[in-house]
Amino acid sequence: MDLKSFFIYLAIMAGSTYLIRAIPFAVIHKKIENQFIKSFLHYIPYAVLTAMTFPAILYATDYVLSAAVGFGVAMLFASKGKSLTVVAAAACVAVFLVESLLGTVLLS
Amino acid sequence: MKESFFRGVKAGIPIGLGYLSVSFTFGIMAVSYGFHWWQALLISMLTVTSAGQFAGIGTMLYPGQYIEMLVSQLTINVRYSFMSISLSQKTDEKFKGIWRWLFGFMMTDEIFAVASTEKEVSRSFFAGLMTTPYLGWSLGTLIGALLGNVLPHRLMSALSLAIYGMFVAIVMPGMKESRAVVMVVLLALGLSSLFYYVPVLSQVSSGLAISICAIVAALAGAALFPVKEEA
Repeated sequence: MDLKSFFIYLAIMAGSTYLIRAIPFAVIHKKIENQFIKSFLHYIPYAVLTAMTFPAILYATDYVLSAAVGFGVAMLFASKGKSLTVVAAAACVAVFLVESLLGTVLLS
Repeated sequence: MKESFFRGVKAGIPIGLGYLSVSFTFGIMAVSYGFHWWQALLISMLTVTSAGQFAGIGTMLYPGQYIEMLVSQLTINVRYSFMSISLSQKTDEKFKGIWRWLFGFMMTDEIFAVASTEKEVSRSFFAGLMTTPYLGWSLGTLIGALLGNVLPHRLMSALSLAIYGMFVAIVMPGMKESRAVVMVVLLALGLSSLFYYVPVLSQVSSGLAISICAIVAALAGAALFPVKEEA
C-alpha cells in the first residue's frame, strides 16, 4: 500500500472516530430535563457494558473454561463490593491459575 | 485539583493494563498484514479504538475504499456518541469548552465506564483517568509490532480478562441497588447473545451490535422503569 492512501485512510479513521466522540461531548452543555431521556442515559452505561461483556468475555482467553471461571470470580468479588482494580486483578489471576492447571493436565 | 488527578490515574491503571494486551494483539496483527511498526503505532495513537482499528486495517488492505471505511467506522463507533451525551450530563462546571474538545478524544468504552461511576466528573480526574490507558494503548501496539510473540502467551491471555473484570465490577453494584438495572442488564445480555450466536445476526459487526443492544435495552428500561430523581 502506498503512503498516500495510507494517510488518507488514517485521516478518515482518526477524524471520524474523533468527531463522533467529541461533538456530542462538546456541544451538549445544558442539563437534560426530559425524564425519558434522563432515564435512558441512566441505563446506558449498564446496557453498554453488559453488551460488551457477554458473551465476548467467554472467548477472550485461550479456553472458554478459564474465561468462565474468571467471569465467575469477577462476579463474586464485585458482589462483595471490591474495587475495580481488585476485581480485575482477581479475574486475571483466576484465568492464569486455571490455564496453568489445564496446561499441566493436558501435557501430562 | 492534584488529588483528583491522581485518583484518576489510579482508576485508569487497570484500563491501561487491559489495553496493553489488546493493543499488543493489534500491533502483531497490523505487522502481519504488512504494515510498518510506525504505521501501527500511528493508527493507535490517533484513533484509540479497538474494534474500529481492527476493522480499519482490514479495509486499508484494499485501495480506494474510502466511503466503505467511513461508513464502517461510523457504524462501529456510533456507541461513543451515546457515551459522550451521557457523560456530558455529569461534568462539573469547569469541564467545558476546549477541554471537552480535547478530552473527548479519549472517550473510550472503558474510560467512559469508569467516569460514569463518578457523581461529578472533573477535568483533572478525567485527565488522570485517560493517561495510563493512552500510554498502555500506544506502548502495547509498539511492543506488539516490534516484538511479536516475545511476551509469554499465557500472561497475555490472563490480562485480556482485566477489562471485562472491570465491567463486571461496575455493573454488579448497580444491579444490587436497583431491580430496574437488573432487568436492563438481563435484556442487554439476552440481545447481545442473540447477535453472537444467531447465524444471520452474527454477521453484524460487533461495534454496531453493541450499540443496538445497548440502545434497545436502555430504551426499554427508560419506558418501563423511569428514573424518579437522579442525584
